[in-house]
Amino acid sequence: MAANEADDVDRTPSDRVDVCVVGAGPAGGLVADRLAAAGHDVVVIEAGPRFDDGARERRMERDIRPAHGPDSVWEMGGDRDDYSSSGDRDYPLNAARVKGVGGSTLHWQGMVMRLHEQDFELDSATGVGADWPIDYEDLRPYYAAAEQELGVAGASDNPFAPPREEPHPLPAFPPSHSDSLFAEACEDLGIATHSVPNARLSESRNGRSACVGYGTCQPVCPSGAKYDATIHAQRAEDRGVRVVDRAPVQRLEHDDQGDSVTAAVYATPDGREHRQEAREFVLAAGGVEIPRLLLLSATDQYPDGLANSSGLVGRFFMDHLFAGVGGTLDEPTRQNHVGFNTTESHQFYDRADDTRGAIKLEFLNYAGPSPVEMALDGDDWGDELLDRIRANYGTHVAVGAIVEQPPRAENRVRLDPERTDDHGNPVPDVVWSLGDYTRRTIERANEIQRDVLEALGADVEWAVGPENTGPAFHHMGTTRMGDDPEESVVNPQLRTHDLRNLTIPSSSAFPTGGAMNPTLTIAALALKAADHVDDRL
Amino acid sequence: MELTRRDVLAALAATGVAVGTGAVLRPEPEEDSPIGDHDVATLVAVAGVVYPSAVEGVESFVSEYSVTRVRDRPEYAAGVADAVDALDEYTRDWYDADFADLDAATRERALSGMDVDYANPDPGGSDRERIRYYLVNDLLYALFTTPTGGELAGIENPQGHPGGTSSYQRGPE
Repeated sequence: MAANEADDVDRTPSDRVDVCVVGAGPAGGLVADRLAAAGHDVVVIEAGPRFDDGARERRMERDIRPAHGPDSVWEMGGDRDDYSSSGDRDYPLNAARVKGVGGSTLHWQGMVMRLHEQDFELDSATGVGADWPIDYEDLRPYYAAAEQELGVAGASDNPFAPPREEPHPLPAFPPSHSDSLFAEACEDLGIATHSVPNARLSESRNGRSACVGYGTCQPVCPSGAKYDATIHAQRAEDRGVRVVDRAPVQRLEHDDQGDSVTAAVYATPDGREHRQEAREFVLAAGGVEIPRLLLLSATDQYPDGLANSSGLVGRFFMDHLFAGVGGTLDEPTRQNHVGFNTTESHQFYDRADDTRGAIKLEFLNYAGPSPVEMALDGDDWGDELLDRIRANYGTHVAVGAIVEQPPRAENRVRLDPERTDDHGNPVPDVVWSLGDYTRRTIERANEIQRDVLEALGADVEWAVGPENTGPAFHHMGTTRMGDDPEESVVNPQLRTHDLRNLTIPSSSAFPTGGAMNPTLTIAALALKAADHVDDRL
Repeated sequence: MELTRRDVLAALAATGVAVGTGAVLRPEPEEDSPIGDHDVATLVAVAGVVYPSAVEGVESFVSEYSVTRVRDRPEYAAGVADAVDALDEYTRDWYDADFADLDAATRERALSGMDVDYANPDPGGSDRERIRYYLVNDLLYALFTTPTGGELAGIENPQGHPGGTSSYQRGPE
């Protein structure tokens, strides 16, 4: 199970392949799978290990039992994953990602919404942020394909969602008991609620189990009902793709002309370095490691890093913010039976002007502590413990929200020359802060949340607002997409302006981030990028 | 409330032990078991303190769970045995007997006297922290991830138990 154990896996490079993909998360897995299906020879190089599927219950135990830090569930941390955080706001990077085959989908929540049409034209509509060089219609067929790939359970009951052409692949999970309480309160306030598209199976599909309700979706789904990218990594391997794990890419090399990448240089556990040559390269290592790798690949010809003639690699780092208000009712609310949500409201998503950003309201099914969590971290036992659990479990409610952060150049991922990782490379430094626009949006979310809880008759007991908010662990914006090479890193085909065979299908390409969980859009961009790479090959 | 075979299977599943419904559960360690009779008796005695009094069938539940839980995990078993040694050392110093040989009231006094209730669970920590981790919290984790433990607390599908996707939709009875 431990990632640092020796093994006898052959990690030497393949002969020059058609495509080398860096990263085996959802983007890398989908691109590899698609291109292999099209007949191309593909190698995927992944920094982290190939985790043992059979150990997932043990990972769940590590999550629930308080002795183990959250980073340990998927073995994050240590010199390999060292980082700096030098902005106004601390950024807990290793809680926000997983390195390994499957990537951060191993620990994600699994919520999969399409961006709204307005998200693609935010600057034109409100004067904030930037427009995307593509619009919703460009991405629409890829969204539909991504929903099929991820096995999304959803319903077409969201009056605020962008137009769609067909139902979701699987029926939505029905609303919870607490959803029904919220629905009444929201109706009194004129707030429309609707279902949540989930990347977890509401019915068995392709040999995978439907959700069985372990209640620990984030950070681990023992049943495999929640989508993770091991599914596409495995399917890619079944098609002949080679996935090399525990092989962090150290740098990319380019040709003498400086217009194409020639090799990815990667390290292996035996202390050696190897060069994987390919005709096309795809970076799918997340919104922090992608800019870091480009910056680490600086040469005499590109002293500021690869694909960085704009100077924007690493700039415009964005995350979503969490806002929330919670309390208790004087009746049972039946929380913590499952670890996912079944009702949201996108009523406050689209922006009327430049005064605030997008807000996505979430009605939680896991408000308050679960009984087992209470049992393990108290200072009592026996009947006293049971009395405490009964007194504190069962009446909690909470409304959460994902809040938009606009792109700001000062928020960035850069190299920290003072600290190095286990291979001697400068670690990423995440420089992150919040602006007034985001603060106003969080405050507005809190107002709505308090209104809902008051209409519900709840005693409000806590709030997460502008001062104590934290990131939602969605890394976006650091290789932004655009038409102008002076103002963006990749073009609308997700190919870098500077190097003709380097593609970045990632949330790092998002010019703006909206307030939707980004993975469905990452998947759609990956499928789009795969088409473009296939065309070039 | 009576802990049943179904609860033992649920508790084992929550620790990653692969057990089918037809699994043979042994209440006593086999010859090659990484924990012995005394370790199991101590766990049963600890459960007598930390489990709510409404729970019945504790001895068979704890025995079958703990013996099977460590069968393929020698490192974890060593941690359990080491924690039992630490607890016995304390009770021999203060009460001239192993923990399992004390009466119920003295067992509770001993665990409290060691400050195990205020200790952070830590598998690599001090005596009291290891006892909290390998004995107290392991037993509480087992209980409160079972259907019976969940029902005791007021939830039919406790976190850690694959109890399906119906109960979250239902209102209170």
